[in-house]
Amino acid sequence: MNSAHRQGKLRLQKWYTATAERDKKKMVRELMQTVLARKPKMCSFLEWRDLKIVYKRYASLYFCCAIEEQDNELITLEVIHRFVELLDKYFGSVCELDIIFNFEKAYFILDEFLMGGEIQDTSKKSVLKAIEQADLLQEVTWTPGVTSM
Amino acid sequence: MNKMPAVSKGDGMRGLAVFISDIRNCKSKEAEIKRINKELANIRSKFKGDKALDGYSKKKYVCKLLFIFLLGHDIDFGHMEAVNLLSSNKYTEKQIGYLFISVLVNSNSDLIRLINNAIKNDLASRNPTFMNLALHCIANVGSREMAEAFASEIPRILVAGDTMDCVKQSAALCLLRLNRTSPDLVPMGEWTARVVHLLNDQHLGVVTSATSLITTLAQKSPDNFKTSISLAIARLSRIVTSTSIDLQDYTYYFVAAPWLSVKLLRLLQCYPPPEDTALRSRLTECLETILNKAQEPPKSKKVQHSNAKNAVLFEAISLIIHHDSEPTLLVRACNQLGQFLQHRETNLRYLALESMCTLASSEFSHEAVKTHIDTVINALKTERDVSVRQRAVDLLYAMCDRSNAKQIVVEMLSYLETADYSIREEIVLKVAILAEKYAVDYTWYVDTILNLIRIAGDYVSEEVWYRVIQIVINRDDVQGYAAKTVFEALQAPACHENLVKVGGYILGEFGNLIAGDSRSSPLVQFNLLHSKFHLCSVPTQALLLSAYIKFINLFPEVKATIQEVLRSDSQLRNADVELQQRAVEYLRLSCIASTDILATVFEEMPPFPERESSILAKLKRKKGPGNLPDIDARRNVNGNTEHSEKPEPANKSSFALLADLLPTNRPRPASASPIMLSTATLGSTPPITALLNLNSPPSTGASLLVDVFPESSCLTAPEVSEENFFRFVCKNNGVIYENQLLQIGLKSEYRQNLGRIYVFYGNKTSTQFLSFTSSVTSPDSLKTQLIVHAKTVDPIIEGGAQVQQILNIECVSDFTDAPVLNVQFRYGGTLQNIAVKLPVMLNKFFQPTEMTSQDFFQRWKQLGAPQQEVQKIFKAKHPMDTDVTKAKILGFGVTLLERVDPNPENFVGAGVIHSKNSQVGCLLRLEPNTQAQMYRLTLRTSRDSVSQRLCELLSEQF
Repeated sequence: MNSAHRQGKLRLQKWYTATAERDKKKMVRELMQTVLARKPKMCSFLEWRDLKIVYKRYASLYFCCAIEEQDNELITLEVIHRFVELLDKYFGSVCELDIIFNFEKAYFILDEFLMGGEIQDTSKKSVLKAIEQADLLQEVTWTPGVTSM
Repeated sequence: MNKMPAVSKGDGMRGLAVFISDIRNCKSKEAEIKRINKELANIRSKFKGDKALDGYSKKKYVCKLLFIFLLGHDIDFGHMEAVNLLSSNKYTEKQIGYLFISVLVNSNSDLIRLINNAIKNDLASRNPTFMNLALHCIANVGSREMAEAFASEIPRILVAGDTMDCVKQSAALCLLRLNRTSPDLVPMGEWTARVVHLLNDQHLGVVTSATSLITTLAQKSPDNFKTSISLAIARLSRIVTSTSIDLQDYTYYFVAAPWLSVKLLRLLQCYPPPEDTALRSRLTECLETILNKAQEPPKSKKVQHSNAKNAVLFEAISLIIHHDSEPTLLVRACNQLGQFLQHRETNLRYLALESMCTLASSEFSHEAVKTHIDTVINALKTERDVSVRQRAVDLLYAMCDRSNAKQIVVEMLSYLETADYSIREEIVLKVAILAEKYAVDYTWYVDTILNLIRIAGDYVSEEVWYRVIQIVINRDDVQGYAAKTVFEALQAPACHENLVKVGGYILGEFGNLIAGDSRSSPLVQFNLLHSKFHLCSVPTQALLLSAYIKFINLFPEVKATIQEVLRSDSQLRNADVELQQRAVEYLRLSCIASTDILATVFEEMPPFPERESSILAKLKRKKGPGNLPDIDARRNVNGNTEHSEKPEPANKSSFALLADLLPTNRPRPASASPIMLSTATLGSTPPITALLNLNSPPSTGASLLVDVFPESSCLTAPEVSEENFFRFVCKNNGVIYENQLLQIGLKSEYRQNLGRIYVFYGNKTSTQFLSFTSSVTSPDSLKTQLIVHAKTVDPIIEGGAQVQQILNIECVSDFTDAPVLNVQFRYGGTLQNIAVKLPVMLNKFFQPTEMTSQDFFQRWKQLGAPQQEVQKIFKAKHPMDTDVTKAKILGFGVTLLERVDPNPENFVGAGVIHSKNSQVGCLLRLEPNTQAQMYRLTLRTSRDSVSQRLCELLSEQF
């Protein structure tokens, strides 16, 4: 999954299969070229290499997921949407700048939502609760072995 | 643009924000690099400095490094500081540490040990947020080392009664990831039964994660997870009948738990329809409810609502197609998709076309799909998005049968005129296949192929025009028509070179059939062909020269004219050696051979043996096995297949081309070069023997054969290298072949009856390899047992570079032989030809099985029939080391069962060989005798051929 800027700058990327750094760069470049060349009314799915690409544009950002042959395209489209909703809720009307300046937070939200490429929890509340709890915990020091929560 | 973000949640790291802002202000790439280098120097000095850094600074600098890395720059330090952060007690410090490790993992073994240690502590901390961070890190990195360290710990966390829900979710997905990357390290066991019961969990988040995990596990060993069927159906049923508010936060835009529904439907696709009738009808009810909901008015106008609802619907349709057993549901699904074909959402039209393609291959719904032909044809004409049009082409191909073939072929041909370049070749192949397959009279077939050449000549590959010649030669009812038609087509002022090839070949063979008409007299035919000569490439010119000598045989009256042409300087002194040789030899032959001898030499081509079209093989190669709806697999009511063409492994070798066109009653030349032929064993073929007796120039007969295959086939078949074959029995990766120029490495992975090999070709020289091709061939007996599909590789490998090729493998039934990898390329002007036996052996399709001592001996006894057991006693070739032996047995693919054999020195193992047609359980026992330096290996399986082969393979290893 990754999200890219309209002019082809990568803002966020996450790989759920082991891929060499060099191949990643090549794949990202190729994928961005393909997706950015598509016109607005075209369908959100395309075949690419052995995979299917599902993408959606939100303002200046494109969000893309690469899924396998037998995976469900429409639900993947909603995975993207749910992720955008989560960013939106967390940052309060998210914009590209939020993702640039708080890139680590964007990664944490993504991790909380997807793990190993599978959705971890579809409830917006659960995911945000996890993130916000973490925010509250920031300066709390834990001593190992504490179980209270 | 350059303002700082308004919201900075949590602990804003001011220094980081300033740095990011600076980078964004950089006007040029150079300025950016300069700023980054300055920062890197600063961080390095801080890390090296005498003053110990506090946690906050460490976190800030590590985060800066991460940012720099994500910008695309290399980072070669800071790993240690990140690892230190892992053991911080502050949550955010720990979190940044884990993020850094996940993004920039380094297989440096010292660090891995430290990282694993930190993870171990966090997993044991009983603090759910820390445990989750650790689980996320394991899943994100997913390396083998991590799997080795934690694969047995995570199942415990997952099923422990006191684990918090959020940790269970992470544990389930973490395990899923490890199972994908290192399935051999994830032990099956008592926990699996308890995982299935998570489908009943109160917490829908837990159920969602668990469903993903169970689906992955069930794909690998369906038997172990059969109990999930009833639980999944019950869960699904509760979801589809719930009202949208029941599930609260798991309702997404008025759709109840769409993700979970999709996952449950996916899980059910691992199994056939349930046998239990009550269960089956409950599932049918669910599927009907989902189909009914599609007809209800939408509860929201938002696209998210319809997407989520339709995601469930499409998954339900996939399940219906997968079961392929309920005609009513299949037809309903088809009607639903029919509605989507005309939907205003492009996405839905795309998916409907795609999904209908699979419906077309079911006997129950094939007819229903066909009723939508006009809509699909319309889509081909009006869709603005090429990927949608592509789906329409696929669907037309899939729904084609004898009743609509003519219409579909006409539509595809007319689409071809305006089709995107990217999909033209594929359409050409599809049209060629359909025209051949559904031809009632072959005049239609000939017309269609000539039309193809006219419309898209550049995209008509050799396979296509070879095939039309084969068919014309094999069917005498169409030969006259073909001659007439190509003759007419050649009249066009500009015609494609492929047409000249077909024309030259067909008129050379059958021109006599139309010579009676004065408008197509021999001389007219010859002049027509020769008028194209100077426009053609060398191979075509060579083919035309062969056509001319055939003309001399067929029509003595044009002999003088043709001899004059052959005698001209442009032929006899042609700069191309092949053309010159042909001209010289043909001229000489026409002068000295009697008419009888000419007639024998240029006898009409005998029919080709019936075989699978190489076009079909090419299309399969192009599309990949999964993407091509198999129009041959359509079942009829009796369960037989309508067409019995067997799938042929993808085969790009020139030998396949040779085989397609060469009649079998002539010797298959080891080399197609004319000179070689005279030394080949020719005794069996009278025409050429006659030639040799004449002491005439040594090649003519061969040249005829040469025309129809490309230059690259002018090679002696190389010896197949087998030396490293047996080294791969117990391992999947390594170098299989190496010489001074080239190194071939393999990385393989297998899952059930499927496998994938990544072949790496490394150019060891500093010079380019040109015309690089590599393909896989199988001996005939193997072709039906093992399907190997090779992707194409770039034709050029730069000096020092490496390219990768993917081979997809499917084991259909048990097998003994091995496929051969044929590699050809030009290096400094010489053609290199290498053949390597590919280490695809039966044991690669093992799935290890756990069993108790009691089970083992019970099965051992059941497999006691003499032909089921194969035993071999052999001398140890390597030192008899217990650990090495264990590793080899595990590498062979079976489980090593401890404490099963009463004698602890012995090794016993069990596994199941997965092929498409069957699963063969297998037990093995290896008894070392250290004194005698001997082993005794015993294998018992239900099939003698399997026992035999496994014994051969394993006994070579010790």
